[in-house]
Amino acid sequence: MELDPILLSRIQFAFVVSFHAIFPVFTIGLASFIAFLEFRAWKTGDAIYTQISKFWIKIFAVVFGMGVVSGLVMSFQFGTNWSAFSYATANFLGPVLSYEVLTAFFLEAAFLGVLLFGRDRVPQGVHLFSALMVALGTFISSFWILVANSWMQTPAGYELQEGIFHVTSWIAAMFNPSFWPRFFHMGLASLLTAGFVVAGVSAWYLLRQREVELNRKALGVTLWVLLFAAPAQLVVGDIHGLNTFEHQPTKVAAMEGVWETERGAPLLLFAIPDAANETNHFEIGLPKMASLILTHELDGEVPGLLEVPAEERPPVGITFWAFRIMIGIGLVMIGFALVGGWLRFRRRLFDSPRFLKGLSWMIPAPFLAVVAGWFVTEVGRAPWLVYGVMDHAQGITPALTGGMALFTLIGYVVVYAAVFTAGVYYLVRIVRQGPEPADAMHAPAHAKRPLSAADTSIDDAAISGERS
Amino acid sequence: METTLDITLIWVVIIAVGVIAYVLMDGFDLGVGILFPFAPGETSRDVMMNSVAPVWDGNETWLILGGAGLLAAFPLVYAVFLPALYIGVFLMLAGLIFRGVAFEFRFKAHRSRGLWNAAFAIGSAVAAFAQGAVVGAYIQGFEMDGFSFAGGPLDWLTPFTVLTGIGLLAGYALLGATWLILKTEGETQAFAYRVTPWMLGIVLLVFGAVSLITPLIDPKVMERWMGTWQYLWVLPALALFSAWVLIRAVRRRDEGIPFVATIFLFISTYLGLLVSKWPYVVPPDYTFWDAASSPDAQLFTLMGALFVIPIVLGYTAWTYWVFRGKVTPESGYH
Repeated sequence: MELDPILLSRIQFAFVVSFHAIFPVFTIGLASFIAFLEFRAWKTGDAIYTQISKFWIKIFAVVFGMGVVSGLVMSFQFGTNWSAFSYATANFLGPVLSYEVLTAFFLEAAFLGVLLFGRDRVPQGVHLFSALMVALGTFISSFWILVANSWMQTPAGYELQEGIFHVTSWIAAMFNPSFWPRFFHMGLASLLTAGFVVAGVSAWYLLRQREVELNRKALGVTLWVLLFAAPAQLVVGDIHGLNTFEHQPTKVAAMEGVWETERGAPLLLFAIPDAANETNHFEIGLPKMASLILTHELDGEVPGLLEVPAEERPPVGITFWAFRIMIGIGLVMIGFALVGGWLRFRRRLFDSPRFLKGLSWMIPAPFLAVVAGWFVTEVGRAPWLVYGVMDHAQGITPALTGGMALFTLIGYVVVYAAVFTAGVYYLVRIVRQGPEPADAMHAPAHAKRPLSAADTSIDDAAISGERS
Repeated sequence: METTLDITLIWVVIIAVGVIAYVLMDGFDLGVGILFPFAPGETSRDVMMNSVAPVWDGNETWLILGGAGLLAAFPLVYAVFLPALYIGVFLMLAGLIFRGVAFEFRFKAHRSRGLWNAAFAIGSAVAAFAQGAVVGAYIQGFEMDGFSFAGGPLDWLTPFTVLTGIGLLAGYALLGATWLILKTEGETQAFAYRVTPWMLGIVLLVFGAVSLITPLIDPKVMERWMGTWQYLWVLPALALFSAWVLIRAVRRRDEGIPFVATIFLFISTYLGLLVSKWPYVVPPDYTFWDAASSPDAQLFTLMGALFVIPIVLGYTAWTYWVFRGKVTPESGYH
C-alpha cells in the first residue's frame, strides 16, 4: 500500500495537538479557580481557602509543565509537515503564534514563579496579584491561539500575492468572523474542565471522608461555577454553531449528516453516514429539529453536502460522531450541574454518595468533550487548511514522503505514551497523597521550575526514612 | 524600502544573538547530561543535576521562541530547515522531551532512578548530536525547488554532518565540564577537570576538519577567507587562543576561567561560521533578505519581542544570580 504523507501528517497533527490541548484547557480554568481562592483568602482571611489553593497549585504546576513539554513539539509541527502552508501564511500566523509564545514567556518569567514559590516570601497582596495575572495570562495565551485557528476557519483581512498571504488589516484578520464565538466557547470549556476535575476530585475525597471541611468548600464553590457555566455553554455553543452555519455550511452539513439540501431537516440522533453512496444508514431522528435549531424555523433550508463536489467534503462520519459525543457529554454535564443545584437547595449536597460517585466518574468527561469538539471543527474544515483558499495538498511539505511521516507518527505516539503515562501516574500520586494539613511546615523549594512545586515522590521510597 | 532593510537587519541581530545564547545556555546543561554516565557516582550525579536544575527549563524555552520567531521573521528558514531536517528535528525533540521529563522525575524517584538517569543522558546526547547535524546541514546547503526544499529525507545525514554532530556533542560536553568546574567541588570537580582536555581535543580536531572541508564544499567560503576579507583570520586565532587559555587554566586548577574561555571559543567559532556564510541563511542561494517576511509582520512581532525579551533576560539574570556559588551534595535545590 502506498503511504499517503498528507493523511499521515493529518493524523500526526491531530494526535500531537489533541494531546497538547488537554493540558492548557485544564490549566486555563484552574488558574481562574486558584485566583478566586487566593482572592477569597485575602478577603476573608479564612485559612481554608489557602489550603485548597496550595493543593491545586501543585496539580497546576505539573499540568502546566506537561503543557510546556508538549507545546515544544507544536511549535515545530507547522514547519516539518506543513511547510508550504507555513511559508504562505507566515505574515499573519508567524506574528500571532510568536505573540502566544511571548505571552507565555512573560507570564512564566514575571508571575508564575511568585505564584508557585513566593507564598511565604512576598506580601499576600503581591501573591494574589500574581495569581490574577497568571489567570489573565492563560486567557491571553488562548486568545492568540484562537485568533490563529479562527483565521484558518474564516480567513479575513488579507490579500494573496503570488501565493503568499499579506495582511491588509490586522484588526479584520485577528477579529475574523468566527473569533468571538470560538473564544467564548473555549473559555467556558476551560472553566467546565477545571470545574469538573475539581468537583470530581473533591467528591472522591468526600466519599473517603478525607479532609471533609476543605473538600466540601471546594465542591460547594465549584458547583456554583458549573451551575452557571454548563447551561451557558449550551447557549454559546448554539451561537457558535449558527456562526459556523453562516460561514462554513458544508461543515454543518457534515455535523448534521445532511446530504441533500432540504427544508425541515430532522435532527439525527443516530445514523451511519456512508460517503461512498452519499447517504446515511439506520437514521433515527427528530423531525424538523435540525432546521429549527439552525434557522429557527421549522421549515428552514439546510444546505446539504451534495452542494459541493466530493473532494471538497470533510470526512462525514468523524465530524458527525464527534459532534454527537461533544453534545452528549455537554448534556450530561448540564444534568450534573442541575442535580447539584437541586441538592444544594434541599441542603443535601454532600449527603448523596451516588451523586459524589457520579462526579468522580465525570473527571475524564470534559477532556473527551473538548477533544471531540476540536475534532468537529478541525476535521469539519477538511479539505481546507485556510478555508476555501488553501487545501491540504497545497499546504503539505513538498519533500515529505509517506515513510518519513509514518516514522515520526509512530515516534510521537511512543514518546507521548511514555511521557503521558509518567505524568498521569504522578498526578494520581499527588491526589492520593492529598492536601497538606493546615499547619504543615513547608519545605523550602528553591528551584523555579513548575514541576518542582510538587514534592510528591513518583515511586515508593526504597530507603527507609527518606522523605517521600 | 529603507525601513524594510532596517527591520530585517534588527531581526538578523535578534535571531543571531538568540541562537548563540541558546547554544551557550542549553549547551552547558545538555553537556552535563552527556557527561552523566561517566560521573564518578550517584552522589556526584545529584550534584551535577542540581547545578543546572534551577535554570535548564528557562534555557530551553528559548528554543520555542526561536521556532516561533523564525516563522514570524524569516519564514523561508522555518519552511526549509524543518522539512530538510525532518527526522533530525524529531530526534532532537524526542531527546529534549525525555531529558526534561527525566530531570523532573529523577528527583522524585527512588527505585526507578537508574531509568531516569539513562533517559537524561541519552536524551541529552541525541539532542546535542541533532543540533550539531543542523550546523553541518546549513554549511552543506539545501537542494531547492523555488522556495521549497526538494532534497531527500536523509540529505542532512552525511559524513560531514555526522562530523559536525560529534563536534557539537563534544562541544556541549566541554561547556558542561567547565560549568561543573565552576559550580562544584571535590570528586565532581576533579572528574570535570579530567574530562575537559579530552573534550577540548575532540572539539579542536573537528574544528580543524570542518575548517578544511567547508571551503571545499562551498567556493564562496573559500573566496571569502582567501580573498579580500583577510582580517577575518582574527576569529580562528581567537578560538585557538581561547583553547590555549582554557588548557592553561585547567592545569593551574582555575575555577572560573575554563568556562569563560569555552564561551569565547564558542562565540569566535560561531562568528567565523556566520561571516563564512554571510549573507546567506538558506544556502546556497537565499539571503536573510530573501527569507524575510513582510515588513509589517516583522514590525508587529518586533514590538512584542522588544517588550518581553528584556523582561525575560532580567528574570534569567536574576535566577543565575540567586543560584550563584558552589553546589554541594548537601545543598539540594529540589
